[in-house]
Amino acid sequence: MLTAFAIVADGLVYAAYLFLVAVGLTLIFGVMKILNVTHGSFYAFGAYGAATAAGIYFDRSLPDALGFLFMILFAMGIGLILGLILERGILRLVYGKDEVVIVLVTYAVFLILEDVITLIWGPRSYGAYQPMVAAGSIDVGRLTLSNYDIGLVIIAAALALATFLALKRTRFGRLLTVVIYDRETAAAFGVNVTLVYTVTFVIGAMLGTLGGAVMAPKISVTLGIGVEVIVLAFAVVAIGGMGSIEGALVGALIVGLARAAAVHLMPQIELFIIYGVMALVLAFRPFGLFTRAEPRKI
Amino acid sequence: MSARTNLAGASAFVVLAAAALAAPAWFVSLATIAFANALVVLGLIVLWRAGLVPFGQALYYCVGAYTVALLARWVGITDAFVMLAVSGLIAGLVAYVVGFLLARYREIFFAMLSLALSMILYGVLVKTETLGSTDGFGVATPTFAGYAPHREALGLALYWLVLAVGALCAFAVSTYFRTTAGALAIPIRDNEIRIEFLGLSVNDLIHLKLVIAGVVGGLGGALAAMSIGHVDPNMSYWTTSGGFVFVTILAGASSVAAAFVGSLVFEIVRTVAVDLLPGFWQMILGSVLLLTILFLPEGLGSVFARLRGAPDRGAP
Repeated sequence: MLTAFAIVADGLVYAAYLFLVAVGLTLIFGVMKILNVTHGSFYAFGAYGAATAAGIYFDRSLPDALGFLFMILFAMGIGLILGLILERGILRLVYGKDEVVIVLVTYAVFLILEDVITLIWGPRSYGAYQPMVAAGSIDVGRLTLSNYDIGLVIIAAALALATFLALKRTRFGRLLTVVIYDRETAAAFGVNVTLVYTVTFVIGAMLGTLGGAVMAPKISVTLGIGVEVIVLAFAVVAIGGMGSIEGALVGALIVGLARAAAVHLMPQIELFIIYGVMALVLAFRPFGLFTRAEPRKI
Repeated sequence: MSARTNLAGASAFVVLAAAALAAPAWFVSLATIAFANALVVLGLIVLWRAGLVPFGQALYYCVGAYTVALLARWVGITDAFVMLAVSGLIAGLVAYVVGFLLARYREIFFAMLSLALSMILYGVLVKTETLGSTDGFGVATPTFAGYAPHREALGLALYWLVLAVGALCAFAVSTYFRTTAGALAIPIRDNEIRIEFLGLSVNDLIHLKLVIAGVVGGLGGALAAMSIGHVDPNMSYWTTSGGFVFVTILAGASSVAAAFVGSLVFEIVRTVAVDLLPGFWQMILGSVLLLTILFLPEGLGSVFARLRGAPDRGAP
């Protein structure tokens, strides 16, 4: 019983993390059909930015809650700038090329940004543990849960709700849905697809840095954190169906719970259960759980 | 065309084999690794001509490498030829089994699923403490049908072995390109349904390509393991696969020679860059990849083709 509860609790926290890193990736893929390897750099930049912000803020005995907000805003600001530079400066040049070629372009940018991170922040690792410590923890029965983890689940749930409402209820969200379904028809009806692309990419980049910023207090911010995130986020997105927000949510929950179950019941399979689940899902649903089958064109 | 190409290949082989006697030892070992990796790239070219880019080709590289390491460790076989044959066979077998799943996918999904498969192997290896977990373990010094060289002689022997295997594979693959199954790669990329209307199964054609790529990938991994003398799970990590894809893009898929030239150039640039500008290696790599895609979408090989005034044969 206790184990079952621990699995659900850990699974939800891990799922929250996965959803936060996957939502930006799936949004960009859904709208632009770009599998954005640079998403790992966004995550890393977000985490480093949050750590820098924490360094600036927390030595001045100001209220802790505002500090957390400052970290997030600082990181998302970095995402805004980075997203704009990349979309306008590089991706614009390769639209219309093969999907796989664009993946390689984002891979190239990812490699460049890895060294840019070293240039800016140097090889040492940073901590941004203050919000985690300030949040404290509560005891539920015999388990101790960190309030920060609970907050993470709430943030992820709020983000899921917000993206859902934004897509269904706002004008820009409806336009996005139109572009997702059929870019050319949308353009023919006067939708400014170029603008939609830019805004989507920047939002995706900001979501990536947001993921990094909220994870920064839980991890040691160090070189190479972006590399792991990419494959994880890819796996989640592939399970749910590339480009589907609901899919990212369900994929994150499946992977989160599966991994938590593995950690508690069979620790030795922890590392590959994620990809195992992915391979299994793809074997039966080749395009993920939540995608329409594409018609074949002759 | 084929006779001339084979002649050019054979003379390049002789020149390269002879050059090792004059070249310094560090360069011989660099070329050994480069040509071992070139075998994996050769497999990628086979797939790329059909429009498939796997982000998990390191799976076969790693399988080949660990086969060599484990043969020496568990069975006690250190003969290079036996080890090579077994690792090629096992990598091919893995590719055959995995192929039933992979051959159904295209484009991004193909890339992603092959990535997932290589990451599964990575996860298994990292968790297997008897095999040294993340540290990996050493590979026994290979022998060559009873001949057991040391130091420089060993380096030379390995180089010649890599060169011979490379030449054989290059010949086999270029022969395959001229068969019907091989020549259909570009039509597969352009439009699969037309091929099915010819009465052929695209999945079967791709399955065969996967096995070919798996076998040469495994051989490459086996040779790399012998010359490095060590194996670790990073051989299956997705960044290793990314490196192979990088060389493929750089070289282009216009000919099998591109794999070897591209791989050698890559190793030389890496050695120089790490020496002169440590800490900027990934930035250089990324910039070169970006510039290649933007300005030379058909790879460095296309420059030579253009200089010779050869017509574009339409390889990607």
